[in-house]
Amino acid sequence: MESFWDWFRWLHEATGINLTIFYDPFDRGRFVSGFLTTVKLSAVCIVLSVLIGVVGAWLQGSRLRITRHVIYWYIQFFRNTPPLVQLYFFYFGIGSLLKGADVSGIPVPLISNVAWAIVSLSFFAGAFNVEIFRSGVEAVPTTTIEAAESLGFSRLRTYLFIVLPLAFRICLPALNNNLVNLVKTTTLAYAIAVPEMLYVSSQIWSDELNVPVMMNVLLVCYIALVGALVWVMHRWERAIRVPGFGA
Amino acid sequence: MSRSSWTTPLPPATDLPVLLPPAARLAHSAAAERAAGTFSLRLQPVHGVMALVLFLVGCAVAEAQAKAGDPSVLATIWKWMPLLLRGFLFNLAISAIAMALGTVAGMLLGFAQISLLPPVRKGAWLATHFFRNAPWLVLLFYCMFLLPFQVTVFGVTIPIPDWIKATFGLSLPVMANVSEIVRGAVQSIPTTQWESAASLAFTRRQTVWMIILPQCIKRMLPPWMNLYAILTMATVLASIVGVNEMMTLTRQALSAENRPGLLLAFYSHVLFWFFLYCYPIARWTVRLEAKYAVPH
Repeated sequence: MESFWDWFRWLHEATGINLTIFYDPFDRGRFVSGFLTTVKLSAVCIVLSVLIGVVGAWLQGSRLRITRHVIYWYIQFFRNTPPLVQLYFFYFGIGSLLKGADVSGIPVPLISNVAWAIVSLSFFAGAFNVEIFRSGVEAVPTTTIEAAESLGFSRLRTYLFIVLPLAFRICLPALNNNLVNLVKTTTLAYAIAVPEMLYVSSQIWSDELNVPVMMNVLLVCYIALVGALVWVMHRWERAIRVPGFGA
Repeated sequence: MSRSSWTTPLPPATDLPVLLPPAARLAHSAAAERAAGTFSLRLQPVHGVMALVLFLVGCAVAEAQAKAGDPSVLATIWKWMPLLLRGFLFNLAISAIAMALGTVAGMLLGFAQISLLPPVRKGAWLATHFFRNAPWLVLLFYCMFLLPFQVTVFGVTIPIPDWIKATFGLSLPVMANVSEIVRGAVQSIPTTQWESAASLAFTRRQTVWMIILPQCIKRMLPPWMNLYAILTMATVLASIVGVNEMMTLTRQALSAENRPGLLLAFYSHVLFWFFLYCYPIARWTVRLEAKYAVPH
């Protein structure tokens, strides 16, 4: 393994391509942790935003007017403002209000920047997901729901076991568009100093002065990540699509 | 789903009558989103009212937190207005130039994607998907750091200010999305159009220029305008890389004032200007979409 890493040192000396993330253990650790942070951030946000979508779509069908209104305004706010503004709103606006104090009395934020990035990005993508799931739920015929009712399913169980599995298959193409968009939006967490891939790379290139090389590495890594997601989701989409529906 | 009388006609048959119309709507919008590469912006007057309410709340908060002797919030914003609006014009300039560059390059790439030569077609496909899958912010960083700060042509040194570099950075994703819009529009033209053109002895170039493209423009216009509105909203990303546009200037104004209470008022003020600009575009897009919609 050591000779493999040393090959990059030789590459640097021979060609000037300075890939410190391979031969320098410190930079390698930083970059790997940055990559993993991006992956984790994306994964957590995807799961949370899908949950927000499912719960939100269920609440939109609620009998209470106030619940429907809250969901409506939530969607309107998060769908029509730039995600960067939302991130700043959460981190600087709300985050600055929630201040605790450590043992020595110095004010520290109660919620870390990573947590704010997760909250903000999940709410952003969740707003789109609510709309997507709502359309999916609306597409399920009333007769199917009536059939479930006649078999003694409760409202929640009808939603979980009958409506959602059917709606999910209808939603998946639209959901994929949104999730891919979400993974691309995680780069914005750079703005509040979350140590994700873009942030870590900018640290590395300011330390090592290998801007062009790191830029290319960064671009390739993101394209690989998004490309892999797109590929997997398309495979899944094709596997579970409703026969005869859509193009 | 009850019909009022037996004389009202049955709804037209769908290809899958088991599912209700929202399924078809969702599939249609997902396909449109995939072609345009962005979600569709659907601004309504209520969003402007929301920004205004947020602004008023922000003003109230700032007034409540004001110390004795502080000027009023509106006077403070009015004082900074000329500077902030100059920043906003900068945002608009960046968006317009990035859109123009991206459109020209994207049209070329889009036509390369339908080329008959496999290497050209495959290369264009690869370039399109490369830039579509890269995050906007990463492309922006790429151009900010890798383009030179000046170029020397025939002994004349031309400086490249950082906002031009940011414009290039934003035009790359626009190019990829326009390319996909062009390809999608050309593919949506029925094959019979190509066949009848061929039967009238049009060459391929004539067919594309005189028959296919004029029909495509109608289909490309709504997603293209939607892309422009989204690009305008994305120009605030340039503030992360230090271009003096509205967001950066707002932040600088806030730190010059040094009154934390002003935060909400100033940022919602930015939001309101963006709404004012993007709202007509979004409305017009919806109208054109309805006008040019192909009846199913």
